[in-house]
Amino acid sequence: MAARATIIPFRPRPEKKQLISDGVLGMLVFVFVEIMLFAGFISAFVIIKSRAVGSVWPPVNQPRLPVESTAINTLALIASGVVLLIAHRAHLRARRSGEDGAVRRGPGPASPRGLGGLPGDSTGRLLVAATLLGGTFVVLQGVEWLALIREGLTITSSTYGALFYTIIGAHAVHAVAAIAALGWATMRLGAGLLTREALSTVAIFWYFVVLVWPFLYVVVYL
Amino acid sequence: MVEPAVDLTHGHAHDDHAHHGPQGWLKYLWSTDHKVIAMQYMFTGMFMALVGGFMAYVFRMQLAFPDISVPGWGGVVSMGEYNSLVTNHGTIMIFWVAMPVLLAAFGNYLIPLMVGADDMVFPKINRLSFQVFFVSTIVILASLFVEGGGFAGAWTAYPPLSADATYNLTPLGSTLWVIGVGLEFVAFLLGGINFITTLMNSRAPGMRAFDVPLVVWMIVVASILFMLSVGPLLAGAIMLVFDQTIGTGFYNPATGGDPILWQHLFWFFGHPEVYVVLLPAMGVVIEIITTFARKKVFGYRIVIFTVVATGVLSFFVWAHHQFIAGIDPRMANIFTITTLLISVPIAELCFVYIATLYGGSIRLTTPMLWALAFVAEFLIGGVTGIFLGAAGADIYFHDTYFVLAHFHYTFFPIAIIGTYAAFTYWFPKMFGKMMDDRLGKWHFWLTIIPFNMIFIPLFVLGMGGQHRRISNYSSFSELAGDGFQSVRIFATISLLIMLAAQLIFFYNCWKSWRSGPKAPKNPWKANSLEWTTESPPPHGNWRPDRMPVVYRGPYEYSVPDREEDYWPQNEPDGAPLQVVDPDAGEQGR
Repeated sequence: MAARATIIPFRPRPEKKQLISDGVLGMLVFVFVEIMLFAGFISAFVIIKSRAVGSVWPPVNQPRLPVESTAINTLALIASGVVLLIAHRAHLRARRSGEDGAVRRGPGPASPRGLGGLPGDSTGRLLVAATLLGGTFVVLQGVEWLALIREGLTITSSTYGALFYTIIGAHAVHAVAAIAALGWATMRLGAGLLTREALSTVAIFWYFVVLVWPFLYVVVYL
Repeated sequence: MVEPAVDLTHGHAHDDHAHHGPQGWLKYLWSTDHKVIAMQYMFTGMFMALVGGFMAYVFRMQLAFPDISVPGWGGVVSMGEYNSLVTNHGTIMIFWVAMPVLLAAFGNYLIPLMVGADDMVFPKINRLSFQVFFVSTIVILASLFVEGGGFAGAWTAYPPLSADATYNLTPLGSTLWVIGVGLEFVAFLLGGINFITTLMNSRAPGMRAFDVPLVVWMIVVASILFMLSVGPLLAGAIMLVFDQTIGTGFYNPATGGDPILWQHLFWFFGHPEVYVVLLPAMGVVIEIITTFARKKVFGYRIVIFTVVATGVLSFFVWAHHQFIAGIDPRMANIFTITTLLISVPIAELCFVYIATLYGGSIRLTTPMLWALAFVAEFLIGGVTGIFLGAAGADIYFHDTYFVLAHFHYTFFPIAIIGTYAAFTYWFPKMFGKMMDDRLGKWHFWLTIIPFNMIFIPLFVLGMGGQHRRISNYSSFSELAGDGFQSVRIFATISLLIMLAAQLIFFYNCWKSWRSGPKAPKNPWKANSLEWTTESPPPHGNWRPDRMPVVYRGPYEYSVPDREEDYWPQNEPDGAPLQVVDPDAGEQGR
């Protein structure tokens, strides 16, 4: 019987490690929910479109969406995403050289001072550029909405208008929230308090807002 | 310059919170401690259970004794009030009782304690989660008292009935209902992010994926299911509110909308939701069974894989709720097959529970009775579900009392039996006092027997073709015949007995809390980590210098050659075993 007891494996006390940091993991889970939210909207769009009277879509008496100017606007949004990607990488590089250099000492967390102000760190300028490009996108969208409302496309004029304003409006709300988060990150950077985890968390949300847009553009506008 | 230095030295000392945090009752309102938040969820959920139970009492009285003045309600239940009562009974029992108690309260309480963490990963998001939930509770309760009364379009809220006030006659109530449910989803979304991240990142040193207690696995899988399914319903709810308030026509066929779209969006969430509340209850039950059978779980890994498979399958069964909604019959075939398939993993879990019991030294404590009752009663719910999952039979059973009895045989074991099992099992840990076992058993029998006496008659009514949405059967002479009225009276009287028996539970809680014997750290001699700290656990769960380290899985009961029949996860391997370990050379030290 003594031999049976040995089934339970002996295990030396192991180290604790994290695969993904807390903030990034939490944001990834949240982004999954958001993807499903937009999937719900897109499926609603597709189902209602497939039931259109005489398969005419958009409805004949409704104004057309500005496909070309929105394409240019799309480029502004994607450019913003690319600039943020560069800023993100620059920040990682600055942090890494900071850790290797004189900034980090002892077992405590790295000294907050010196994260933003390292020589050659372009994170701040790039972050501002990404935020402004994102802001441009939202403002241009607003201008287009005003034009569409003047032309007679409103949320109650047809299911076409209702779907357009609901779906694109949901994206706009996310874009505004993400721009606010980018602004927060820029301010934290200015104060020298922006951690790698915080920037990654904010950046993932912005990447989501940027990457979901082409799908919405193709489904709703084209 | 001074401030950063202070931050550095303080590090993670939890004891400091008490000194500069809010004092008095504000401490509870703004607490970020996962245990306090769990209690807030639990007591809110229990209060809502009383509200939902009262609603059941009122409409069952109306069904049994039509058009009498119901005591406590203050008059005859009108048809509109009846519709509002059944709608809000369903809504409250699922979204404000089953989810907050099983998922949020026990998830919040158990996950950090069972994985050996001092708190959730995002304590402030956790607090926000409860605050949003609390607001949603106020919204749904307020909706009952606005002009026109609470929403009366059934808890599934099918449009056009739910979308147009000229049909449902509750213009404000229906909008508040959607907003309340939407806020409630946001609350659980925030909570779920915490659950998943905490399990991934905050496990005690040494705790591998397969050392995590099954209840934690199941709560986290349930959270993932919730996360994946809730998005489309939120999209649908936004469109429903727009239909109600600003007059869009998403669900109105007259303007090119599609009412079936809502049914798809609702049930794409609604069916995984069944598993969102089922899995935590299943997890609670397996913890209790293994503790009181003093036996290792039969097939730990198989259980996890089965649960994941159930979760995946649960996304492909939703249209079985729509067999008579005019969906394509070929689609009905596919959904019949997936529905019958999903009963396989659930049946497997039941067999695992029975196999765990087999040959164990079973102790019939109160929590164990609840756990065994869960398996037995849920089995009835599952088996009757097969009739409804088959499209042909469902055409006859749809919207009869058979459906109603079926889902009460699944939801009652989940939300009530599962909760009582968990509550009585972890009561010593949560409140530091032992519960009265004799009163607990009285409460158990006086709940279980009337429960079956309520719902088995309803199966009979359903097989007789009785439709479930009629408030007064005496208006329909062809439905009231065949002695069905006496069956309804029997079920209602059983309900009264069951509701009265709950007083025993509240008395037992109050008495045990006031004057029960003090609970030791580990009253049930169980293995998982929550039993290694004080009862109740202090803020931060363990002393910062005594955070637990894990050496083995949570189910090492009755290990041969050990003096005790349990082996806590945090206990280092003793000398007697280490010497004879054949793998020792390979693993090295």
